[in-house]
This record gives sequence, C-alpha cells and structure tokens, in this order.
Amino acid sequence: MTGTVRRLPWGAMARLAGRRALFAVPVVLVVTFGVFAIAAASPFDPVKAYAGTAALGADQETLDRLRENLGVDQSFVVRWWHWLTDALTGDLGHSSVLRQPVTQVIGERLVWSALLCAVAFAVAVTVGTLLGVLAARRPGSMPDRAITSLAYTLEAAPVFWIALLAVWLFALQWDVLPAGGLTDTASEQVTAGQVAGHIVLPAGVLAVSQLPWFTLYVRQGVGDALAEDPVRGARARGLRERTVLLQHALRSGLLPVLTLIGSRVPELITGALLVESVFSWPGIAAATVEAATAVDFPLLAALTVLATAAVLAGNLLADLLYGLFDPRVKLNEM
Amino acid sequence: MVMADAAVEKTGTAWRAAGGDRRSTRTLRLRTSAALLTVTVLAVLLVPPLVQLDQQAVDLAAKLRAPDWAHPFGTDDVGRDLLLRCVYGLRVSLLVGVAAALTATVVGTAVGAAAGAFGGWVDRGVMRVVDALSSVPHLLMGIFIVAMFRPGVWPVVASVALTHWLSTARIVRAEVLSLRARPHIDAAVSGGASRWRVTVRHLLPGVLPQAALAAVLMVPHAMWHESALSFLGLGLPTHTASLGNLIQEARGSLLAGQWWPTLFPGLFIIVPTLAVAGLAGAWRERINPRRRSELML
Repeated sequence: MTGTVRRLPWGAMARLAGRRALFAVPVVLVVTFGVFAIAAASPFDPVKAYAGTAALGADQETLDRLRENLGVDQSFVVRWWHWLTDALTGDLGHSSVLRQPVTQVIGERLVWSALLCAVAFAVAVTVGTLLGVLAARRPGSMPDRAITSLAYTLEAAPVFWIALLAVWLFALQWDVLPAGGLTDTASEQVTAGQVAGHIVLPAGVLAVSQLPWFTLYVRQGVGDALAEDPVRGARARGLRERTVLLQHALRSGLLPVLTLIGSRVPELITGALLVESVFSWPGIAAATVEAATAVDFPLLAALTVLATAAVLAGNLLADLLYGLFDPRVKLNEM
Repeated sequence: MVMADAAVEKTGTAWRAAGGDRRSTRTLRLRTSAALLTVTVLAVLLVPPLVQLDQQAVDLAAKLRAPDWAHPFGTDDVGRDLLLRCVYGLRVSLLVGVAAALTATVVGTAVGAAAGAFGGWVDRGVMRVVDALSSVPHLLMGIFIVAMFRPGVWPVVASVALTHWLSTARIVRAEVLSLRARPHIDAAVSGGASRWRVTVRHLLPGVLPQAALAAVLMVPHAMWHESALSFLGLGLPTHTASLGNLIQEARGSLLAGQWWPTLFPGLFIIVPTLAVAGLAGAWRERINPRRRSELML
C-alpha cells in the first residue's frame, strides 16, 4: 500500500486511551461486584475451602473464629470493597490451589498466554486475509465455495475438538510435533528453540479457530468493495487486476474488519482457554481451569477482571487502528 | 442457465456483480439444512423411546472397535456403541441448549423491553450494566458460575443463560425503541392505555419475531458452551453424558491412537450448528433479500 508517511497523532491517541481508561473504571466496578454477588449467592463456603479437609473434624467454635479472621461474616459488599482497595495496592489475595500470591501466578503465566495469543492472532489475520481475498475475487467460484464452506464448518467446530484431532494427527500419527507442554519433559531449562517447537501446534489450532470469521468478513468487505464505483473506475482506467484488488478493494474492504479485531478478543480468550487446557500450555487459561476445579475464589476473581481488562484493551486497540487507517474518522470524536 | 453461468465464470470478475449467488445453490443449502436438522431432531426425539437399546451397555469383548457395520461409529473403551452414545449425548446437549436459550431469551427480552419501554435513566443505567457485563468473556464467566455452584445440569443451564441474555436484551431494546416511534403506539398512548398495557399488548408482540430468531440462533451457541464446560470437567456429571463429556472421556483412547471416539461426537456438534446457521441465513435472505450477503455467525 502506498501512502505518504505521516506522523502518528500521539496526542489524540493518548487522549482516547485516557478517556477509555476512565470508562473502564465503572465497568470493572460492575463486573467485580457481579462476581462477588454470584459468590455470595452460591453455596460456596470460603471457610471450608480455606480449611479444606480439616474443616470436617473442626468444632464450631474454631470455624467461627476462622470465619471472623477471614472476614467472611461481613456482607459481600464489604468484602468486595476490601478486595478492591487491596487490589489497588497490588494485593489480589492468595491462590489456595497454586499456593502462591495471585499476582505472582498472573505474572508468571501471562507471558506464555500472551505469546500464544499473539502468534495465533498474527497467523489468523495473515492467512484469513489471504483466503478472504481469494474467495472474494470470484464470488460463487470453486475456490470461493470451498473457502466459505470450510470457514463455516471450522466456525461451527469446537476448538477443543480440533485441538484433539490435531494432536492425534501431528503428534501421534505423523509424530512431527510435540503433543503438549512448553518444553520436552526431559529438559529442565526453557529454551527459545524448544518453545518454538512446542508452540506450533497450539498456536496453529488457535489460529484455525480464529480464522473463519476473519476470512468471512474479509471476503464480505472485499466483495462489497469490488462492486463499488471506485473499483469500477479503476478497472475502467485499465489498472491491473492486482492493483485493483490490493490497493482499492482490499484497502477499503479491510476497514470494517479492523473494528472487529477488538470485538473478537473475548473469542480469542475463550479459544486460548480451551487450547491451553488441551496442550497443557502453562498460561493463564490453564490456571483458570485449575482454579475453577478447586473453587479458588481469589484466583478466579482476579482472572475474570484480567480478562475483562483484556477485552476493553482490545476495543481500544480496534478504535485506535480504525482512527489511524480511516482518514474519515477523527480520533478526537470517538 | 448453465451455459450462461459458465460464460460468466469465464469472463471473470470484471463485469460480474458481487455476491452473484445462484438461486439453485441457495435452495439446495436451505433444503440440506432443513433435512439435516429434521433428521437430527427426529433422531434425538425418537431413538431413545423407540429403540430398546441400552447406551450404557458395556461389552468389554468389543472395546475400542473401529467403525464397522455392527457399530457404524465404533465402540468406546468399555465397548459401548458410540452411535447410540452420540445420539443420547446430543439429546442431553440439545435439551440443555434449548433450556438455556429459552431462559436467556426470557431474561433478555424482559430486561430489553423494560429498558426500551421506560427509557430515560432506567434505559441508560440498564444498558451500561449490559455493556459492562458483555466485556467479560462468556466462557470465563460461565466457568466462574459453574465453579461457584458446583457442576450439575442447572448450574450449567444458568451459566449459559446468564452469559447469553445480554445480546438478546440489546436486540429487543433496539427493536422496542424503533417500535415506540410508530403511529399505533402513539394511538394506544393517546387512547389512555397504561405503560404496562402498551408494553405487553403492543410492544412485546412486535419484538417477538426478532427474539425468537435470536433464541433459535442461540441454541447451537448454548450447546457449544455446554460442551466446552463439560469438556473442561466443569459441566454436566458424567452419568448424564453430553457430547462434551463424550469428547472428554475419549481423551484417553485418543492418546492410544483411537480417533473415532473423539471424531464423531464433534461432528454431532458441527452438523446441527451448520443446519441452524443455514436455515437462519435462508430466513434472513427471505425477509431481507437486499442484505443477503450479510454474515450469520
């Protein structure tokens, strides 16, 4: 794509980010309040969870004392407020299942989740654009029909099922890729080469699960753009098909897709959750499943907030991209 | 027709309108979707009461048989017939999906209609909460709810319903707002009808088709959600095995090289999903042909 190099409007971008951060505060308040309300309405008892099997033999007095110590005798609104004020000082509580502070759990695992998501998303966007353009070039043709059917089928397929079949095919039948984990079981150090080998399968599966919607929207956008006057004009001027496709149709067809990138962050997180659990990838998502199985409330609450923050960040990113790439959109007005 | 199509194909993109879907492929898609959905629903409704076969019948002599004529889908690690297990699993998944979609639609319609009918600060407040809650990824919220309430049928239904009503609420509210501007509502209000009466008698019937379409589209979504929860071991108890449970149980045999216990339950999720998407797409084309190329995801 040609275009004059312009300076990025840092000021407007920062102001937009600042406004969004302000709007994020009430969202986080509502979400955390909901989390605490659900926990309060559930039969889950933090005292029993804390004491574990010891609670079975303990007498009522000990349990009451423990209840008081944990602050569970207060209403959930009070506990919510304490959690929030603690969170502001960087204390998210202690994870009972992983026996670590929650902040440490997140700090250790966030890198691996982010790496997995980034690689998968990059692959999905590249391949998706390619397939989408290929399909949009000739609507109703053989490649179009093949790509569209494949996309709809993959969209309907559960990602964990694709992951399992991929393990079967690549790790068991062909034995070309490792079935899971971050490194080989024998090795003790995490090396870049090992990680690169182990990330191929999970990232590939995650990319495949994100591919369909991207392909379909690019096909839609480019197909619509191909039917519009600028493209007709470009063809009438005798421009090459390649130029028409890439510089006219793809450019305007990709714009609506940019906003969708942000709105698909929840699906990316959902996909990562399932993929990580199939491949024993040591990320945030695997911790979520462990926390849920063991009813580890502090960890679950923190991870829910973290995921919400990621979704909001995704929305912001989409708006920023849209503002940068579409000259009609003013960042100041968003 | 065929000749013309071939000619169009040869001339390439230059003079061809985008989205030149042929009518025949559209009807074919519609019929295939309808047929697949009918077969699925009939199988799920009729097989359990009519066929006197026990899905739990264990036959250790015939364990992990590859698909053959006696067992078209093969058998699992204790010799249970997978075709029968899949039909029963789909029955469970579908029931949970329908229950969850209905609950979500009722909640979403009530909230959306209330927000739209009251307007003002009620509307703004409710929709802000809806916006905030939709920032939480569905599966994560679902996992949280199921973890807090312990796995079981009702927590799973509740967890799917509580995460999916948001989109219905948005659709219904938008529809109510646009209906409110119509003359027959003005007529009812100036005729002295109460807010309650206007909402129930005039606004709700108008939004029902949209809400119903949303509910139908939500069923595959809810099935997917349920199977994901069950797959993570957080969903239905194993004695009411859904498709997700089947895939979860098959992990052991998959690692030993048997692919069929994993493959077929997954196909049972894909086929109804595609059929519903195909039908919904056809329905939308019919009521709004101009936007036929719009995506149904």
